[in-house]
Amino acid sequence: MKLLTHFGRYYMLMAKTFAKPQKNSIYFKQTIKEIDKLGINSIGIVFIISVFMGAVITLQTRYNLENPLIPLYLVGLTARDTMILEFSSTIVGLILAGKVGSNIASEIGTMRVTEQIDALEIMGINSASYLIFPKIIAAIFINPFLNILSMFVGIAGGWVAAVSSGALSTADYLYGIHYAFIPYYIVYSMVKTVVFAFIITSVPAYHGFYVKGGALEVGKASTKGVVYSSILILLFNVIITQLMLAK
Amino acid sequence: MIELKNVRKAFSGREVLKGINIVFEKGKTNLIIGQSGSGKTVLLKSIIGLHEIDDGQILFDNRDFTHMRNRDRKKIRQEFGMVFQGGALFDSATVEENVMFSLNMFTDKTYEEKLDRVNFVLKRVNLVNVNHLFPSEISGGMQKRVAIARAIALNPRYLFCDEPNSGLDPKTGIVIDNLIREITEEYNITTIVNTHDMNSVTEIGDKILYLYLGEQNWVGNKDEIFNSGSEQLDNFVFATTLMRKIKNNFK
Repeated sequence: MKLLTHFGRYYMLMAKTFAKPQKNSIYFKQTIKEIDKLGINSIGIVFIISVFMGAVITLQTRYNLENPLIPLYLVGLTARDTMILEFSSTIVGLILAGKVGSNIASEIGTMRVTEQIDALEIMGINSASYLIFPKIIAAIFINPFLNILSMFVGIAGGWVAAVSSGALSTADYLYGIHYAFIPYYIVYSMVKTVVFAFIITSVPAYHGFYVKGGALEVGKASTKGVVYSSILILLFNVIITQLMLAK
Repeated sequence: MIELKNVRKAFSGREVLKGINIVFEKGKTNLIIGQSGSGKTVLLKSIIGLHEIDDGQILFDNRDFTHMRNRDRKKIRQEFGMVFQGGALFDSATVEENVMFSLNMFTDKTYEEKLDRVNFVLKRVNLVNVNHLFPSEISGGMQKRVAIARAIALNPRYLFCDEPNSGLDPKTGIVIDNLIREITEEYNITTIVNTHDMNSVTEIGDKILYLYLGEQNWVGNKDEIFNSGSEQLDNFVFATTLMRKIKNNFK
């Protein structure tokens, strides 16, 4: 019953969020600000995590290949496909759910408890649309770029780790990342990124928007926003994978 | 003019507003007073539409706000100015951006025209050289004045103030009170102030509604309050030694 209530309120909030914008120029400026806040400010963390994950995936795959009949270029292929299929979309999505999600829930939650949202409503402004719509659009726009960045940096990190540790030659690694490349995987990864971007922004925004009480409740809303968006990311990861990769 | 007809509101079966009937007049500072929990904030939030009332009618210059569609309500809300208890300034925006906000949203003026208006209203509330400061960088009294400036930026027809003096020292409180009264008279708007500050009552109460446990206990003005005939109101207004002395002197 509680789940249905949440679903109903979430649906109502999204209907309000996607109502006709009051003034396009203001919304455009807000979206640019959000792209900077949610996307550009996340480049650092995406870069660092991707480079190390790419390196670890490469080294672990190499050190677990004991059978001499398995060609070494498969290490590059594994690193590439792991980054494209799972890491750059899902794991980066989960990391952004933590970073961006908590930021959104606490920002909107604080606005709620300090009556800033009431102030918007009194002015005759659709507060849900003004506050949430630019965040969703910004994340849907910028997250695919973060995804591509993560793929490149992760694969590059794998190469640096492979060569610097002497685990693999550059030739083997490069051959592996070119071998049996399926462009459709990029499409699959992008679709996941866009869906996750919607979840990462809308779910914490929902928890922040309906917060009641004070600072403690804002903190709780922030935690809930991160937890529920993470769970939904994992759930939709399975659903999208089944829909797009099942033969 | 704002007219309330038999306004009722309950939360979880507990009646908080028990049939309020009053006309808040234009060009006057109308006060809603009462103890904590008497229903003042609920009444103010009901008037501005943040709470839906269960029964009755709220009319803004004979326009029925209660039974209006949301789209039409939004239009009326653009005629509202609201000063919240905590100021409710956008903390990630500067003073200038806060005051300019409604101008950006609802007008097509150039930046220079909007800036002129911002500077005009800031000067009107006696604030200069604060345009680029953030709310956290100014005092509580200045925040309230910025909130008033933001509220009047669009020339509202109705001004609502929720506990505008809370957290302020008496002297600053009087400055805020006088400012609200001056603006009300200058722009000939309908102002409703929610307060339990006795200085405000005796200074600016052109019309006063006293709420007692959600009921409309007494209606009058600042001069009549000393002889209200209401025991509950007397207990509320003259609760302090100072106020009792003032009453005795008045007699």
